[in-house]
Amino acid sequence: MCLAVPGRVVEIAERDGARMAVVDFSGVVKDVCLEYLPDLKVGEYAIVHVGFALQRLDEESARKTLALFEELGLLQEEFGDPWEVER
Amino acid sequence: MKYLAEFQNPELARGLLDDIRAAVTRPWALMEVCGGQTHTIIRQGIDQLLPDGVELIHGPGCPVCVTPLEVIDKALAIAARPGVIFCSFGDMLRVPGTDRDLFRVRSEGGDVRVVYSPLDALRIATENPDREVVFFGIGFETTAPPNAMAVHQARKRGIRNFSMLVSHVRVPPAIDAVMGSPDCRVQGFLAAGHVCSVMGTSEYPELAARHRVPIVVTGFEPLDILEGIRRVVRQLERGEHTVDNAYPRAVRPEGNPAARAMLADVFEVTDRAWRGIGTIPLSGWRLSPRYREHDAEHRFDVVDIATREPAACRSGEVLQGLLKPNQCEAFGTDCTPRSPLGATMVSSEGACAAYYLYRRLGTPTTPLEASSVV
Repeated sequence: MCLAVPGRVVEIAERDGARMAVVDFSGVVKDVCLEYLPDLKVGEYAIVHVGFALQRLDEESARKTLALFEELGLLQEEFGDPWEVER
Repeated sequence: MKYLAEFQNPELARGLLDDIRAAVTRPWALMEVCGGQTHTIIRQGIDQLLPDGVELIHGPGCPVCVTPLEVIDKALAIAARPGVIFCSFGDMLRVPGTDRDLFRVRSEGGDVRVVYSPLDALRIATENPDREVVFFGIGFETTAPPNAMAVHQARKRGIRNFSMLVSHVRVPPAIDAVMGSPDCRVQGFLAAGHVCSVMGTSEYPELAARHRVPIVVTGFEPLDILEGIRRVVRQLERGEHTVDNAYPRAVRPEGNPAARAMLADVFEVTDRAWRGIGTIPLSGWRLSPRYREHDAEHRFDVVDIATREPAACRSGEVLQGLLKPNQCEAFGTDCTPRSPLGATMVSSEGACAAYYLYRRLGTPTTPLEASSVV
């Protein structure tokens, strides 16, 4: 839960009165709230934690971190389904 | 050097290690505050690559571990009520309360759901207007702004069946408490990078000056951690004690102003009990009175909860850096990730889980074991 993962903004839309984005984390796609980084644009990267973009990140740093997290299995830990894991 | 090959960039790692080795003239004890950093350190064997005398002490920075037993028991009591949908991050499911955990509540018929984001819990509330939806709001300064936004949105949109059980904690008072302990051996800190992404660095200069301790904001990747260690050691050897940012790609001095403003609106600072440590003054957040309608503690009567810590668990000493996980008698025998006595073994960021999963038990772990901790 502590982990914050870099992701790339694919699409931005207003939803339920909040600025939301579709964000790609190395193939895993999630809805992310942009209220704390409202000027983030499509194509840019940000550090995302529990569905919120918290800080902008440059592309090179983001790609390196994503590759490392994927290799270490941390993306599965962050996005995996704990009920599935339990079975 | 057997773990060095596993670094993403072994040459850079070697250079940083050479620098550290060249700088060290006497023993130093550093604390990494964040559980995420603890995992990187143990996973990559960074503690074993460091020159003799440079010791890493694992800090209290795992929100799952430090959530007090009383709050876990309140969560379990609320989750077991008919008509309640209890939403939580996955990490909390196996954290033991006095006599059960959220997995058990679910198997006994409770509607416990894992969400990725607090906004998912808010959506569940809108989809189930005849049910009470309660979200378990724990975490440090990184998690608090998302949770604050969910409460703010609930009020703004008039979602009355949504409430939050809040047990947020703050890092700077924890650093203060660690330094104030008579048994403290810590001489320098690697501060948690993502906490600072939100909060910035303004809370640290006073702490660094008062305790005469260097504080270096540090990221989570192996090279980030080596760089953080290098900068702390360099300060210690020079007799300096300043705040330094070794994670500038994600940390600005002002943090995230929008997130900080939301924190100030939704929460108020309060004394908070830390599991295994005790109460630390002004170390947490609770919902401010304006948001009382969405406070699960106010909405549900959970004041008379009897709690009982397992006597064999020494999590508190582990969290304060007074005991290494494998120095506990229950470690790996009565206490494993599948059957944990305390929160430091159950959480994926807990120091005991890190020691268990990454070789410090003396037996190789399997991928199944490694993935069973959520």
